[in-house]
Amino acid sequence: MSNLVEEVVTKSTTPNSKYTFKDFQTDQDVRWCPGCGDYSILAQVQRIIPDFNFPREKTVFVSGIGCSSRFPYYMETYGVHGIHGRATAIASGLKMARPELQVWVVTGDGDGLSIGGNHLIHLLRRNLDINILLFNNQIYGLTKGQYSPTSEFGKVTKSTPQGSIDNPFNPIALALGASGNFVARTMDRDPKHMQTIIKRAVEHKGTSFIEIYQNCNVFNDGAFFTFTEKETKEDNVVFLEHGKPLVFGKEKNKGIRLDGFTPKVVSLADGKFSVNDLLIHNENDSTLAFILANMTTNPELPRPMGIFLDSSDHCYEVEMQKQIENVIQKKGRGNLEKLLNSGDTWFIN
Amino acid sequence: MNKTDKKLKEVTIRFAGDSGDGMQITGTQFTNTTAFMGNDLSTFPDYPAEIRAPQGTLFGVSGFQIHFGSTEINTPGDNCDVLVAMNAAALKVNLRGLIPGGSIIANTDGFIDKNLKLAGYTSNPLKDDSLNQFKVYQVDITKLTSLALQDMNLSNKIVDRTKNFFALGMMYWMYNRPLENSIKWVEKKFKSKPEIAEANIRVLKSGWNYAETTEIFTVKYTIEPAALPKGKYRNITGNSATAMGLVAAAEKANLELFLGTYPITPASDILHELSMFKEFGVKTFQAEDEIAGVTAAIGASFGGSLAVTTTSGPGIALKTEAIGLAVMVELPLIIINVQRGGPSTGLPTKTEQADLLQAVYGRNGEAPVPVIAASTPGDCFYTVFEAARIAIKYMTPVFCLTDGYLANGSEPWLIPNPNDLPDISPKFRTDPNNYLPYLRNAQTLAREWAIPGTPGLEHRIGGLEKEDITGNINYEPENHDKMVRLRAQKIEGIANDIPLAQVHGDEKGDLLVVGWGGTFGAIRTAVDKTRAKGNSVSHLHLKYINPFPKNLGEILYNFKNVLIPEINLGQLNKIIRAKYLVPTIGYNVVKGLPFTTIELENKIESILNGDTK
Ligand code: SF4
Repeated sequence: MSNLVEEVVTKSTTPNSKYTFKDFQTDQDVRWCPGCGDYSILAQVQRIIPDFNFPREKTVFVSGIGCSSRFPYYMETYGVHGIHGRATAIASGLKMARPELQVWVVTGDGDGLSIGGNHLIHLLRRNLDINILLFNNQIYGLTKGQYSPTSEFGKVTKSTPQGSIDNPFNPIALALGASGNFVARTMDRDPKHMQTIIKRAVEHKGTSFIEIYQNCNVFNDGAFFTFTEKETKEDNVVFLEHGKPLVFGKEKNKGIRLDGFTPKVVSLADGKFSVNDLLIHNENDSTLAFILANMTTNPELPRPMGIFLDSSDHCYEVEMQKQIENVIQKKGRGNLEKLLNSGDTWFIN
Repeated sequence: MNKTDKKLKEVTIRFAGDSGDGMQITGTQFTNTTAFMGNDLSTFPDYPAEIRAPQGTLFGVSGFQIHFGSTEINTPGDNCDVLVAMNAAALKVNLRGLIPGGSIIANTDGFIDKNLKLAGYTSNPLKDDSLNQFKVYQVDITKLTSLALQDMNLSNKIVDRTKNFFALGMMYWMYNRPLENSIKWVEKKFKSKPEIAEANIRVLKSGWNYAETTEIFTVKYTIEPAALPKGKYRNITGNSATAMGLVAAAEKANLELFLGTYPITPASDILHELSMFKEFGVKTFQAEDEIAGVTAAIGASFGGSLAVTTTSGPGIALKTEAIGLAVMVELPLIIINVQRGGPSTGLPTKTEQADLLQAVYGRNGEAPVPVIAASTPGDCFYTVFEAARIAIKYMTPVFCLTDGYLANGSEPWLIPNPNDLPDISPKFRTDPNNYLPYLRNAQTLAREWAIPGTPGLEHRIGGLEKEDITGNINYEPENHDKMVRLRAQKIEGIANDIPLAQVHGDEKGDLLVVGWGGTFGAIRTAVDKTRAKGNSVSHLHLKYINPFPKNLGEILYNFKNVLIPEINLGQLNKIIRAKYLVPTIGYNVVKGLPFTTIELENKIESILNGDTK
């Protein structure tokens, strides 16, 4: 017996035509502040998503609360704009109920790491096949400028006039610590890189976590300019590429070398070290992923961008389905009458 | 020796011992056998919040009371006729519930100096004359159990764990019950441990034989089957009935059942049961917290599942914001609150009715949610089924209230035929033309359920205020006012779709007793007892609390006085007074225990005698 959802969904047919980015734009006015990094992220998602040729009606964007969480309203797919911090949990329930859907979570540093921190780590460990885009702007935008769990120590904001006194999260390390299997970082000002990373995230089976450096030009302008602007980017960012040495710098004359477990910057110009001495990135190595993640908090080192880890593990929703199928195979599809009449029964005549 | 056989109409027995003594199993076994014999019955398990409290202490006492008879039984009994006390603490805690002249079966080994000290006795009550007004049967159950097993080479621990079956065997003898049911149960339960199965069966038989052959017990009792409606029965607890009702609703609706939940006493058994029903495609999700439980359910509901979240009061407090989201996005969701003593952590294993206002009003904004309540363990089945019907038809979250007493208590249950259950026929929208997410059905005011996977119906929902019809975000003052009213009207309109309230007894008279939820049995018994004395008293038990049945006001006005007994400080009372402006009388006792019939009888009689304070 097929259930009602199956009847409705299999009856429906997918349009054959190839999608363009226009197919994913809605009739709603986009209401972010002019110049906000969110625009770029929306554009990259709308540009890359037709490439997957995945039925639009089977795509769902789920968000929580915050500037980033308006995202679903602008995607011509199914969408849920949930409550603060719970997008990951709403998406989990949806994915368990309907494993065939492509489910995305759009969240921010406040939504995903503060009020929703608990659900985020549990989604990562359960490894449902959901794509998480975490817009990190190191500030609360929608509530007009309080410090966030990724704001640097000493951050002066409306709620911390003397400077914040808590240490920030490193989202990449947090995701890895929560057993995330696909953990990556990209930035609003590098469309090509972002598209590549999103594509890989969608291809990955299991939870994928992308931290996106996003400029909030109203409340925290330039937070990431060192890493995103032409003049400084190349000397301060190292792009991670699988199987390749960690080389960076305007002249491509610097690299990262492991000294024990400690990454260090070495010059390739003075003849002491060559490319062969450098650390080679391996996306499948979870130990290395932690080492790279920790480079984030060391100001002496360039900021890694790209895929820190891409490994595989079982997905919760698949296992859930398997258990059900196994039981049905063993016992047969449940029969309500039999269930009600199970256990000790007796007749009164 | 000669033993006499006496007939009884009804009896109440209480098994009491350490929380590790297996009193709940003993009680359940006695219950199942008794149900099988065709008696009507009602049970009340009463156990401590601590899993294994220190042995012999007062707070570690676990009890199980069963009231059964050849007549209609609606409550587990105010007091017990027989108290089985496995140790001194069990006696001390439960003695006040024993009727004068009642029987005590005491395990003498549980009354050694250490036990007496832990229970706070300065002298042994079995030896002094403090129990003179009772019939005391002293049996060294511990010793007799080890004698029965002495050739089996079992560890002391295992031997000790079987002694509850000795007590069970004695009670089976005393009330003329067969051993077969329990023997079958033991064989099944310990299938892989035949030694333990044998030990339990042997001890059970020894208890029976001991009562049969020694001179301690001289009378055995027969309780004839009750005149229950004809049909096939099983014994059922409230939590089991809830789990089965949910499966039944999902099957009827042809939807997949999804439970998003977090373990909490006394609701966890619903999760345990549902997780065993995988052959029905039931998906159970033990989330990281209460909030994830409910929000995952909302996600599943968006996907087209029959979504449920189960919890108890503290969990509802955490889910509150999400329930508001469900109100706003207008998706079906069943919220089950197995109420326990509050506030805060309160009394996790005790019963209470103090979450009614939380269910009816406890959300930010104007967020109306239908509220219905179960009145007996078996009624939990029909209540959750009805919750599902309303949730789907009206695209709304629905509160379903049960309580600790219903959840763990049990009664014989006439098994329904699935074909007789009401129809639930959800409809997913498929037509892609002119779809407007917040366009409403003119009659029910429900919007349509459009699920991902349907081409052309891509739409976005969320917690921000919706524009009427289109569902776009809208902050206009007039629109908000309209939407607030539409949401309220939708829920109020359900009153046209539920049965009228029915009065038990006369339609007009001196006193109407209005109750809701798990107090049904106590109120019904008290009303019937006072009616039997010729008084003009009627009973109205509400299943639907939001909205109320349409005729409720009319009924209330037909009585000189209205009494509303509740295990809270007057929550239904407040709602009824506010809505109908009737000067109702409250009866409110909040001890974490069900009402006794006698206290309700006393209250009823004092009102009839003119004390209407
Ligand atoms: S407040 Fe900041 S993050 Fe929010 S929309 Fe404006 S620029 Fe973007």
